[in-house]
This record gives sequence, C-alpha cells and structure tokens, in this order.
Amino acid sequence: MTDIQLWTLVFVVITFSFYIYIAYRSRVRDTKGFYVASGGVPAPANGAAIAADWMSAASFISLAGIVAFATNGYFGSAYLMGWTGGYVLLALLLAPYLRKFGKYTVPDFVGDRYNETARLIAVIAVILISITYVAGQMAGVGIVFSRFLGVGLEWGVLIGMVIVFFYAVLGGMKGITWTQVAQYSVLIVAYLIPAFAISSTLTGNVVPQIGFGEIVSQLDAIQADLGFDSYTGALEGEALRNMFLLTVALMAGTAGLPHVIVRFYTAKNVRAARYSALWALFFIALLYVTAPAIGAFSKFNIINPDSGNGLNGVPIADTPEWYNNWADVGLISVNDVNGNGVIDLAADAVPAAEAVPGQFGELVINNDIVVLATPEISGLPAPIVGLVAAGGLAAALSTASGLLLAISSAVANDVYYKRINPGATEQRQVLAGRIAIAGAIIVAGYFGVNPPAFVAQVVAIAFGLAASALFPIIVLGIFWKKTTAMGAASGLLAGFGFTFIYVITTVPIVGDALTTPWFFNIPATSIGAIGLLINVVVTIGVSMFTPKPTPVMQELIEEIRYPGKSKLVEAHLTGAIDEEKLHGESGH
Amino acid sequence: MDDAAKKAYWRSNVRVVSVLLVIWALVSYGAGIFFADALNTAVPDFLGFPLGFWFAQQGSIIVFVVLIAVYVWYMDRLDKKYGITEYEEEVRHS
Repeated sequence: MTDIQLWTLVFVVITFSFYIYIAYRSRVRDTKGFYVASGGVPAPANGAAIAADWMSAASFISLAGIVAFATNGYFGSAYLMGWTGGYVLLALLLAPYLRKFGKYTVPDFVGDRYNETARLIAVIAVILISITYVAGQMAGVGIVFSRFLGVGLEWGVLIGMVIVFFYAVLGGMKGITWTQVAQYSVLIVAYLIPAFAISSTLTGNVVPQIGFGEIVSQLDAIQADLGFDSYTGALEGEALRNMFLLTVALMAGTAGLPHVIVRFYTAKNVRAARYSALWALFFIALLYVTAPAIGAFSKFNIINPDSGNGLNGVPIADTPEWYNNWADVGLISVNDVNGNGVIDLAADAVPAAEAVPGQFGELVINNDIVVLATPEISGLPAPIVGLVAAGGLAAALSTASGLLLAISSAVANDVYYKRINPGATEQRQVLAGRIAIAGAIIVAGYFGVNPPAFVAQVVAIAFGLAASALFPIIVLGIFWKKTTAMGAASGLLAGFGFTFIYVITTVPIVGDALTTPWFFNIPATSIGAIGLLINVVVTIGVSMFTPKPTPVMQELIEEIRYPGKSKLVEAHLTGAIDEEKLHGESGH
Repeated sequence: MDDAAKKAYWRSNVRVVSVLLVIWALVSYGAGIFFADALNTAVPDFLGFPLGFWFAQQGSIIVFVVLIAVYVWYMDRLDKKYGITEYEEEVRHS
C-alpha cells in the first residue's frame, strides 16, 4: 500500500463513520420527518445541506477540468455562471412561495396548482432527471475508489451504495440533511486547502482568487505559443450564441432541479427559506470562485514547458509519476501521432479529424481527473491527496442521497399514496418510501458499474430537461394567476417533449448519435433554453383560450405570495377545501 | 393585512425582484458574455485579469451572492413594514 492509498483510506474511514453516526442519531419514523425533516432545519444548516446536495461529483471533480481543458478556458465560464446564477432565480422566484405552499414534493405543487395530467408528466420528469443524474454520481464514486484505493470499480460502487442506503433509508430527509452538513464541511475543506497551497507555491500569493490573475496571463502566452485560442479570449458568432444559450439552460435547469427545490420545504418557514437560499449560494460560491483558479493552476502546471512536473515536450518513456498513476486507470493518455516519442502539445499536432474529446495536442485528458490529480501534480504531501479523495466522495454521496430521496418521494408520495393507495397509514407510506429508495439505489449502482455512454452527457440531459419542464410552469403558476391547468400541461409536454427528443436524437446514448444537431446547429447541452422558451409560449398561449382557474384557486395563489399565516393556505393543507371548488372538477 | 396592503406588498415585492433580476442579467449575460470582448479590451488588467473574463469567472458569482443578500434584507424590512411577524410553519402532504 502506498502512502497515498493509506491516507485516503484513513480519511475515508473517518468521514464515513462520522456520516453513519450522524444518520443513526437523526433516524425518523413519520412521513414529515422522512420527506422534509419535519420542516425544522435552521437556515445556515439548511444552506450547507443544499450546497452539499447541489455540489455533485460534477462540481467537485469535473468543474475545474471543464473550465480549463474542455475548451479554451473562457467558454467554461458558462458552467460557473449557470450553476450559481440559477440560485438567484430560485431565491427570488421560487423558494419563498413554494415554502408557503407547504406541500412535500415538486409534483405535489404541479398537481395541486394544475391537474393530475400535469402531475403525472412532472413525476416522469423528476424520475428521469434524477436517475440520469444519480448514475453520474455513482460513476464518480467508482473513479475515486479505483484510483486511490486500488479496489475494483464494482467494489467501490458497492461500498458507496451500502453507505447511502444506510443513511438515506434510516434517516430519510432528516438523516440526509444533517449528514450533508457534515459532507459540506468535508468537501469544502478538501477543496480549499490544496487551492491555497498551490496558489502560494505557484504565485507566492496565498489567496487563489488573486494568484489566479497572474497565471491566466501566462496561460494566454503559452496557449498562443502552442497555437490555441487565448485562455481569456471572448467569443463571437455561433460560439457566442451557444455559450449564451448554455448559460440560460444551466440557470433555469438549476432552478428546476427537483432535489434542490424540495430542500426549501425543509426550512422552518418562509423567512427561513429565503435565508436558506442565501446561505446555500454563499457556501456554493466558496467553491465556485475557487474552481476556475484550480483549473488554471492545473493547466499551467501541465502545459508550461518550464514546470518541473508537466508534460509539455516530455519524452513518453519518462513521464512523471502522477501521469503514470492516472494512465493506469485509463483517464489520461498520449496519442503520439508524429511518432517522435515526445509529448507534443501544439494545437496542430493531431489532425482535427482524429481528435477525441479531451484532446489537447497529443495529450488526451479526462476532465474528471483535474481536481483529483492537481495535488499530486503540484507535489503536495500524501495526506492532502487523501483528503481531496474523501472530499470527492462526500460530494458524490451527498448529491446521490438527495437525488434518491427525490425519486423516493415522487414514487411513494405522488404515485403510491396519491394514485394507488390513498388510505395508506403513515407507517406504510414511510415503508413505501424506503422501498423506493432501495430500488433506486440498485438501479443507480447498476449504472455506476456499467456506465452507459450517456453518463458524460448527464449535464445535457438532466439540466435541459429540468429547464424545459419544471422551472417555467412553477414560476408562471405563482406569478400569473390565470395560468390554466391545460396551459401548463400542454407547455410541460411541448417543452419537455421537444428537449427530450432533441437530446436522444443528437447525443450518443446507445452507440452513435442518430443525427447531428438539427435545430439551428444548437448543441444538445444548450437546447434546454429553447425548450424553456417553447414551454413558456405554449403555456401562455393555451392558457388564454382555456377555462380559467377557479376563484378559490386564484385566491390561494394570491395567498402564497405573502409570507404570513393564512387561513386559506392552512385549509388547503389540511384538505378542508372542497376539490370541486378548488379545481372546478371532482375526482381530482 | 387588508386587500390594499396586500396589493402594495406584492407590488413592492415584484419591483425589487425585477430590479435585482435586471442586475443579474447585466452581470452574467452582459458583462460575462455579450460585452466580455469589449470589457477585455477596455480594461485588460483588473487584478491581473481582463475585465470581461473576470466577470465571467469571478465577478458575476460574487454579485449573485450580494443580490440574494439584498433581497433577503429588503424582504425582512418589507415584512416588518406590513406587520408580518408570524410566518406559516406548517408542511403537509395532500
């Protein structure tokens, strides 16, 4: 066992025992505790839990790599702005009102505000979005285990499944929330410590957000030497348009992700929901303003011809140890096209037709390794490498558990309780929720061990679907009283349907993609913005010509706009309002 | 709250949300994307960064946090002005 493996094991064992202990302390028995932690989580803790829930393997492991390597450097800003800017939408347009509305799940709001058709489409959207997303988390867990602990991918995923199963099934939302608070602490420490260390050794300035400034101008120069676009250069034409659409899709998608929205129900009241959003974005921003710095440091270390541990112009027989470790697990490789036995990073070293995703000169680098490999590349000691691995696991597990809970509440609350067995007791509902979580974990684990080709496209699928499905009809439902049930159901179906069809036809899901992007050459990652527009236009259009919501419903919508106590909202929560009066139809 | 107060409260709410969202769009879509090139040229060295690039990778995120902070502060003040001291605390499923 190497030093790195030993330290990784130490940190993994300590953090995992900690999570299990917390979950055991906060186990629950009733549905209110299981789905929304009894609505009693203080705002800073709720904010930290939202941050951990939100920051997945994609944020922790991949983000810096996406920004620094996937394109010239600047284009990746779409992810930085998109994944944080969505919280402004959440805080200002959704969180306070949904909290006042007071139901457990996103489909609950859709079903109550509109009708059962809309609820059903929303349930399908929630399950599809969450399963896609959770598969990516399990794959992230597998990467960390196989690289740092030398265990097989299958065992890595299995250990992850058992841990998540234990605390999600036992603790429900309450257990998950308090575990996520711990996981946030682990992941942010694991992210910031190496960033500070690298910034001070590389630039002499300990604050990475400042040291970063010195590095980007040098990156501009190195990329120019190699024949790449400048690191900081802005875009124009189609690239500019696609970046804009991607940012819109990511922002609206963030605000429409069911496992994030549901967290605002765990806040104590409307005021606490607002503060939760503030704390959440603050905690998220700590990582998000650091990620581009880590990405730039890492790219600088790898491509700078003068850095001791880099790859630019290094003979293939003489690569540094960190490279060999990652090459062993297949996440970095060199395609020596000119056969000179030296890694050539020039932009024209590999003909464009032969380039694969992650190609940089003759180097092929997986985005996912940038953060995990950076401490090794920079020569930081083994305990820090182990800490980063534990942080990556915390990020993946916390997001996976939040998603599993969203799936479970959609199945147990919106399908089992609302459709199949409305007379179910509290115990039976919690049991159904636990069975649903167990089922979802097995599906997620299967995808973690046998990652389908689309895992790399998770962003396109999950965010595009969330942006085009849930976000617009929730916002319209709150801000425009006259949005009708038929309007929302048609908008949901049109926006979600368009995005879904576009994604499955243009993304390689099984084998090759069926066609090239057929709508104005917009890439699948950016298409959610168009789906969103379609949803809004159809919802408004159809709402103008269909029966208006009942007066009681309009009054209820008006009531959720004010944070104080309200008799009508309370009557709605206890089910005291007659269905006929609320929806203008019975058998709702 | 009577009906007139409710209307006034909602109008203030919509106004503050609109103003904040305009700023939100200006820093991200404006400074970070559409005007990034112009800002890069105009201010090539802001803390070492070209300004448009800085907005895209640092500035917009910092402004987002400030926007929510202003919103939370403003809404607290608004609640106080309209005498809202008790908040709805119930959560239920249907």
